[in-house]
Amino acid sequence: MRAGSPGERVRNERSPAAQAFRDAAFAGLIAFGLFLPLIGFLTGVNGSNQLILTTRWPLLFAFVVVVAVCRFTYCFARASRPAPQPASATAAPSFPQKLRGYFARWGIPCAIGFAIVYPFIVFVTAGASGGQKWIDNFGIQILIYVMLGSGLNIVVGLAGLLDLGYVAFYAVGAYSYALLAKTFGLTFWLLLPLAGILSSFWGILLGFPVLRLRGDYLAIVTLAFGEIIRLILINWTDLTNGYAGISGIPRPTFFGIPFNADDNGFAAIFGLEYTPLYRIIFLYYLILALALLTCFVTVRLRRLPIGRAWEALREDEIACRSLGINTTNTKLTAFAMGAMFAGFAGSFFAAREAFISPESFTFIESATILAIVVLGGMGSQIGVVIAAIAMIGGTEILRQLDFLQKIFGPTFDPTQYRMLLFGFAMVAIMIWRPRGLISTREPSIFLKERKTIAADLVKQGHG
Amino acid sequence: MTRDGGIVLRVEHLTMRFGGLVAVDDLSFDVRRGAITGLIGPNGAGKTTVFNCITGFYKPSEGRLALQRGDAALWDALERLTESGGRGVIQGDSALYLLERMPDHLVAQKARVARTFQNIRLFPGMTVLENLLVAQHNPLMLASGYTLFGVLGLPSYAAAQRAAVGKARTWLDRFGLIDRADDPAGVLPYGAQRRLEIARAMCTDPVLLCLDEPAAGLNPRESAELNELLLIIRDEFKISILLIEHDMSVVMQISDHIIVLDYGVKIAEGAPQAVRNDPKVIAAYLGVAAEEVAKVEAAVGL
Repeated sequence: MRAGSPGERVRNERSPAAQAFRDAAFAGLIAFGLFLPLIGFLTGVNGSNQLILTTRWPLLFAFVVVVAVCRFTYCFARASRPAPQPASATAAPSFPQKLRGYFARWGIPCAIGFAIVYPFIVFVTAGASGGQKWIDNFGIQILIYVMLGSGLNIVVGLAGLLDLGYVAFYAVGAYSYALLAKTFGLTFWLLLPLAGILSSFWGILLGFPVLRLRGDYLAIVTLAFGEIIRLILINWTDLTNGYAGISGIPRPTFFGIPFNADDNGFAAIFGLEYTPLYRIIFLYYLILALALLTCFVTVRLRRLPIGRAWEALREDEIACRSLGINTTNTKLTAFAMGAMFAGFAGSFFAAREAFISPESFTFIESATILAIVVLGGMGSQIGVVIAAIAMIGGTEILRQLDFLQKIFGPTFDPTQYRMLLFGFAMVAIMIWRPRGLISTREPSIFLKERKTIAADLVKQGHG
Repeated sequence: MTRDGGIVLRVEHLTMRFGGLVAVDDLSFDVRRGAITGLIGPNGAGKTTVFNCITGFYKPSEGRLALQRGDAALWDALERLTESGGRGVIQGDSALYLLERMPDHLVAQKARVARTFQNIRLFPGMTVLENLLVAQHNPLMLASGYTLFGVLGLPSYAAAQRAAVGKARTWLDRFGLIDRADDPAGVLPYGAQRRLEIARAMCTDPVLLCLDEPAAGLNPRESAELNELLLIIRDEFKISILLIEHDMSVVMQISDHIIVLDYGVKIAEGAPQAVRNDPKVIAAYLGVAAEEVAKVEAAVGL
């Protein structure tokens, strides 16, 4: 603090340490109240099958102390930190700014290059058996969600229509592929576009009744739509086999050559030893191509009149109508395009798993995809990719943390903490980046200079 | 001052009821081609309701709103069109539309009636240039083959987009906004936002431009500039303007013809000078002394 400046306001009579101590005590009290039922008491069953209550006072005490100490450190550090110096505006581009420039130029090509060589990197580092897991659980899974996130980003991020039932279109795509492939024996390459078309048809079907709805009402109806599709899949057992699901779905082939151990299989024809690895690598490159296509198309759509109309719709629907934009068609195309990408992803999902059931299309899937869009920053394609890696990759990483069992004991299962960590991540995002990781908007066209648009100017739509 | 280029919009017996409230009551007037027609009246007189009826945002309870462009002989087809139940007739470049039968986006797209709003409605998170490109949505949509050619990146769309940017640039130059082209519309000062909204409406190639209080919130210098702009739009581009305005310095200086509304009823119509001295108009705006109420009521016909 600068002494003697006339407008200086008196901050606290207490010393920083005393203030921080008071805060810490209060935080400890809250922690005690919260953790008492959660950690303090443990119910279990004894030998004669009776319910018993055990207390864990030392553990509870440890939690409270950790919270209080952290709070004390945080408050004390903040109170004793000097006031920030105003940065000089005329300074030459600093190192981080330069780095950002390089990143903007080379980031995307490098990321695509990395995605292409990823399977080989994994093999070199993790070996054949370990690599399979990393490609399947990480690579393919993340790329499916990149596709789903991109599709939902059109509806929620660009057009500003909140859709809580997006998983329905994913399900339509998956079941279209499964049923048509099993019943009529059609190939994957024919059914991939067909599943997309059928899904977008359902997107339009959902779009019609919700055209007049906004905000909460739109969210409720789309949520119900997602549930309706799932319940139909469960109850129409003649067609979908209900809870038991559909198994033995034909897998995609390499231009007609199946990935199996037969004489006319992929391995035999190319003179290789049979291993399921080839199929997984093929699936990886297939979904990579699909995800890149999705990204390319959505980025392109944003720069076309239809994309600008979606964004204009998010900004002000009445102004759109005064400019001669048919808002009905514009909304329906947003629903249809979003649903189409979900249909592609769904048919790929069915082909990869060879088994689907309604269990795969629950509300939590919709929530995860929506979380990817919101976390990434609504409307940002790069944001969707980063968020998909963080969300899906992050939860998969939890499965790999076996070393934690050495610390917390053999019964410790990191995946059980997935939702807890998910919640923490969401709270952290709400605090530090309330508009998502990439919150600024890139203009779709510019005359002289591309200026990013601050998040607070961009509307979030009426959804 | 006479500017007789014929009639572009004919409003006949327009009535708009909201439940029991009659916002506009049996209103008839003509908007002349290539002229500025002022629509004035005290607050709540029903001016914006008239605008919303003309631009298709409201469906009028009663009345006929006929807009014509091109060959004036097409007016003869009006009765036939009304009876046929259709929306409009098109003969080459000329067209006649019944606006009360069209939804709002078609009024803008087909009949080419552009409007601005009393509380500015820009796309604040989009740049100034993007705002003007959204206004050219329909021709660009056609050029992009309803998105198909655009996604494939065909050169025909790129050329159409260049032309659209060129048109936007022309209007930005005119309105003195060219230096702000890449800024988001939301950060422009208030006066510039008003100008941008008019520029955006002009990018739709309108036949009739409806401006709802364009001078509201502008300082005297800015409203003088606005006057000049509106005169340029009228004289250089031959576009008819229908103008709601409370700022009398704007209305009286640039209007060729003024219509005065009070409680949804037309109380006066004529040249600015005549309207200004009309006792009914003065009574509506300023009221009258207590001893004259009976006399004025008799004159007004109450």
